[in-house]
Amino acid sequence: MGMTITEKILAVHAGKEKVRPGEIVQVRPDLLMTNDISGPIAVDVFKSMGAARVFDPEKVVIVLDHFTPNKDVKAAKSSTKMREFARSQGIVHFYDAGFGIEHVVLPELGLVRPGDLVIGGDSHTVTYGALGAFATGVGSTDLAGAMALGEIWLKVPETIRFEFTGKPSRWIGGKDLILLAIGRIGVSGALYCAMEFGGEAIANLGMDGRFTMCNMAIEAGAKAGIVEPDEKTLAWLNGIRDDISSQTIGLLHSDEDCAYKSVIRFDVSDLEPQVAVPHLPSNVRPVSELKDVEIHQVVIGSCTNGRISDLRAAAEILRGRKVNKWVRTLIVPGSQRVYRQALQEGLVDVFIDSGAIVAAPTCGPCFGGHTGVLDEGERCVSTTNRNFLGRMGHEKSEVYLSGPYVAAASAIAGRIAHPEEV
Amino acid sequence: MEVSGRVWKFGDNVDTDLIIPGQYLTIQDPIELGKHCMEGADRDFASKIKPGDIVVAGHNFGCGSSREHAPLALKSCGVGAVIAASFARIFFRNAINIGLLVLECEEAYRRTNPQDEMLVQPEFGVIKNLTTGEEFRAAPYPPLVAGIVQAGGLVPYVRMRLQGQEK
Repeated sequence: MGMTITEKILAVHAGKEKVRPGEIVQVRPDLLMTNDISGPIAVDVFKSMGAARVFDPEKVVIVLDHFTPNKDVKAAKSSTKMREFARSQGIVHFYDAGFGIEHVVLPELGLVRPGDLVIGGDSHTVTYGALGAFATGVGSTDLAGAMALGEIWLKVPETIRFEFTGKPSRWIGGKDLILLAIGRIGVSGALYCAMEFGGEAIANLGMDGRFTMCNMAIEAGAKAGIVEPDEKTLAWLNGIRDDISSQTIGLLHSDEDCAYKSVIRFDVSDLEPQVAVPHLPSNVRPVSELKDVEIHQVVIGSCTNGRISDLRAAAEILRGRKVNKWVRTLIVPGSQRVYRQALQEGLVDVFIDSGAIVAAPTCGPCFGGHTGVLDEGERCVSTTNRNFLGRMGHEKSEVYLSGPYVAAASAIAGRIAHPEEV
Repeated sequence: MEVSGRVWKFGDNVDTDLIIPGQYLTIQDPIELGKHCMEGADRDFASKIKPGDIVVAGHNFGCGSSREHAPLALKSCGVGAVIAASFARIFFRNAINIGLLVLECEEAYRRTNPQDEMLVQPEFGVIKNLTTGEEFRAAPYPPLVAGIVQAGGLVPYVRMRLQGQEK
């Protein structure tokens, strides 16, 4: 029997010819990643383990992106701790406040290759699966152990294949497809499993959309999200790194006789834009059912939808229009690179002309950390990934998750709106 | 190492934002984190519970973020064990790693009421509801996980391995 792409990557990193779901393996990651939330605890734990040096200073990436630019003195202390650790350990890939959001930054710097195994101290580490890598999130102690040993244990997950067929309308992006899937299977529907996305609609989806989809695999409880790399992956990597051949990515696919836990099919030809209503990412509705929902804030950004395609989509809607006077519209480019690109393409002018605010790259709004925290009774349409109770601020605030088209249209309408309405 | 105490019951999908809201993630001191434990679900939880009390919950406990602050908050505010129908995987690993007792048992969740008295014998995977007299068996850990639990968490486990490397 053959293997899925996930099993193949795990087998290679475990030094085995074959692995089977359920098997526990020791793997050697190609890359570890941490930030200013998981990092400070990991640094303390690393020391308490009696470790002196990280296993490889070129393979530990530190990105300060959550409470940065420093929200307060406590946040400043977390950043200082990470900076000192990076300096003393000779960490090569250290990125300070405002450089960008980890899951946007690592791929655009070419730090993740198809077939790599990445362990990150952040649940949205699953994002890198879009490149055909196996990437999963862990907590601080696991991360500290991996930094010390260069090794971590993993249970080989079962794979659920999600097959998307049909040609969706122009308003449909990766966010709508992943919300559709999470709505179908629920927030624990892929618990401990890998979600493998494929089919015609994924083949036609750009890399940014694939990042969005893999990013939210965790919202269905998955251990990883993954897309088999193809010519689009190769084209995207072209110019970022030149050592990936079509031969390499040709090996990275699931065998025809592999064993999926299940195959779930979606025809997305007539799909409406999708919105997840409070307080779970699985409470998914078509946008047309939500047109009476008045809103107070819109956030466009995050590791889920803060890439250049997302900003282009938002600008397409906002160009020549004004956002509603009573809707604060916050646009957060995912990295300085995305920010510069948006400037060069004139998107930032579009945003400022529309009355939106453009903020420095940060995770702040998504988790209620800072920059756009919601008050009691406020509703936000957000292109982020979680709408848990109190996620973006007050426990009596509400978050509606959508893609950038719906978010931008809603900013103009002052209520949840389909992009064709504005 | 038996654990016994009163049951605090929660439903499905208790997420990490409920266990420790994002605004507290600049805190790294477990004691401080413990003061805000479960604040998103029950504002007074930390002041109500007594050491050894047991959290019993439904499916997908600890879903959401990878923040280790969540199991740290539960442990340091005195929670003796978390018993759930199922756990989100990162939370489960984090709990094992820091030495917070976590047991998977759907039956115990279904057949336990808030405020019941409960006794847990982790080495046997036994959960006893002292109020109703019922006894349940938790799903056993895989051997490697059991080894980390026995070592007292991942810190002593890694320390042992690092010392082994030096020799």
